[in-house]
Amino acid sequence: MTTLTPVLTRNWDQADSFTLDGYGEYAAAKKALGMDPDAVIQAVKDSGLRGRGGAGFPTGMKWGFIPQGDGKAHYLVVNADESEPGTCKDIPLMMANPHALVEGVIIASYAIRANHAFIYIRGEVLHVIRRVQAAVREAYEKGYLGADIFGSGYDLELVVHSGAGAYICGEETALLDSLEGYRGQPRLKPPFPAVAGLYASPTVVNNVESIASVPSIIANGADWFAGMGTEKSKGFGIFSLSGHVTRPGQYEAPLGITLRELLDMAGGIREGHELKFWTPGGSSTPIFTAEHLDVPLDFESVGAKGSMLGTRALQIFDETTCVVRAVLRWTEFYAHESCGKCTPCREGTYWLKQVLKRLEKGQGAEEDLATITDIADNILGRSFCALGDGATSPIHSSVKQFRDEYLKHFEIGGCPFDPAASTVWGSK
Amino acid sequence: MSYAPEVRERLETDAKEIIGRYPRPRSALLPLLHLVQSEDGYVSDDGQEFCAEMLGLSKAEVVGVATFYTMYKRKPAGEYNVGVCINTLCAVMGGDQIWEELSEHVGVGHDETTADGKITLERLECNAACDFAPVMMVNWEFFDNQTPESAKQLVDDLRAGTEVSPTRGPRRLCTFKEASRVLAGLPDGQAGDGPSAAGPSLEGLKVAKANGWEAPKAEGSEQK
Repeated sequence: MTTLTPVLTRNWDQADSFTLDGYGEYAAAKKALGMDPDAVIQAVKDSGLRGRGGAGFPTGMKWGFIPQGDGKAHYLVVNADESEPGTCKDIPLMMANPHALVEGVIIASYAIRANHAFIYIRGEVLHVIRRVQAAVREAYEKGYLGADIFGSGYDLELVVHSGAGAYICGEETALLDSLEGYRGQPRLKPPFPAVAGLYASPTVVNNVESIASVPSIIANGADWFAGMGTEKSKGFGIFSLSGHVTRPGQYEAPLGITLRELLDMAGGIREGHELKFWTPGGSSTPIFTAEHLDVPLDFESVGAKGSMLGTRALQIFDETTCVVRAVLRWTEFYAHESCGKCTPCREGTYWLKQVLKRLEKGQGAEEDLATITDIADNILGRSFCALGDGATSPIHSSVKQFRDEYLKHFEIGGCPFDPAASTVWGSK
Repeated sequence: MSYAPEVRERLETDAKEIIGRYPRPRSALLPLLHLVQSEDGYVSDDGQEFCAEMLGLSKAEVVGVATFYTMYKRKPAGEYNVGVCINTLCAVMGGDQIWEELSEHVGVGHDETTADGKITLERLECNAACDFAPVMMVNWEFFDNQTPESAKQLVDDLRAGTEVSPTRGPRRLCTFKEASRVLAGLPDGQAGDGPSAAGPSLEGLKVAKANGWEAPKAEGSEQK
């Protein structure tokens, strides 16, 4: 049996966890600044930490891509634009434990030889922004940021930057354009940010949870971190359960835990109901069903079953939920958030929305399923960034696994489900 | 420019402080747009002109950016921006019903403001609080675990001037303009208010503590 491993969430129940008093001195940052920067990168490589923002790219390797001795300014940018539907881990993390993030920023910036770092937080979370602003100010006052940190000669400026409402800015190059003061539209890669990122300088963009995990790796050692998780998906991560679950919430566990184990801890599916479908890592990851309850939630195992670990955003839906309605709403989201740069995504999500609307109302026909599949095929892999790809995940996976439910809609000329039964109060 | 000289001077002082944080001035554009919203309650024509002047941009460049982001209001907004999450999970858990009943109760639709200038309603996409579904946001503060009744009561209280507190946030709910100032990067000193974490955020930790589960101890070094 897998057990929970609270590290980042360990202090969340302390009233002062978000203050420096509650968090404690930055011992890991102090230790790191006494090390050779390359040794810090090596430690993160050895730990096996992979990006916690969804893609799972090895964090240490990303840091290692930054060219050294190039005479250019380097930048660290923390992606705190958490907006993927279902994803709700970075927001409580920054609210309860912002100093883990700030300490991680110091260590990561030192490792990649950056003297300027940014935390780009989505704008719609005011109190989280206050907490991070306050943590940064406390760190400055203590001399953990600014000039000559810990007397090491190392200088670092850290800016908290608020976004202004755009899911697309969670895509790293769109985020960089936004941080430069432009519309947040993705760039064509290559060049990757490690070569030409912020202001065309070498830049690392890392997720909040990735960076916040770094102090524990430096403090406890790469082996300690690598001792948790699975062979290729090491360490711990925050698993976010939401939806028709008895006790939804944040569960910090080694990668490789299963939904069955997590549901056991969360009191199971809400009383009197059963699991119908779920996302392993947000709406951009193909949906799973009860058949996948025992899939280890690590990058490899989830991938082998045709989905993605993503952000470990486990949105759980019971048998009262109409899958067509769910897919329509996700599709409306992608159409709303498409930045408009690439034709397949801009036009494709628009048309998907139209066809799904009529399907949900029971006004469609069987050939519409071929149409939405065809549109999705023409988006997938044909846009600059992953937003377009993500939009196709609910389409492809739902048509494959719930074809009969789509058919039922136009057999009876409407939706066979009562939306009231899915609500929190509808079950009571 | 139609900002009164003293307003202009105050905005310039704030803008210069914000611009000074960035290696390149244009990076301050998003914060400056929040700043002008904190003055006018929306991104006004004067406000865009001001941003352009401060950053040496054309007004067209500023407008091009302002229109991309949903948090920038194109017309005067209410004192309270009331959002209901209608993304899939919240919608299914009751957000759709909340929206329908609330919109009817208040008498305005998406991106519309009540005649008294108090309330702007907005249909929101996912606000990263799914474990608290159905979620509402007022001036970007969390109002978790809502019902149609609690939503209507909330709006009635806001219109009546009754004090309401966010679920996870400061005791006093700030106005839309005050919120915009924090977003511009000018703190309001309320970070210490409210809980570290609440409700679902603590469920995993509670289970771990009840079972005595911890992360493995590190060899020889103090655990962080």
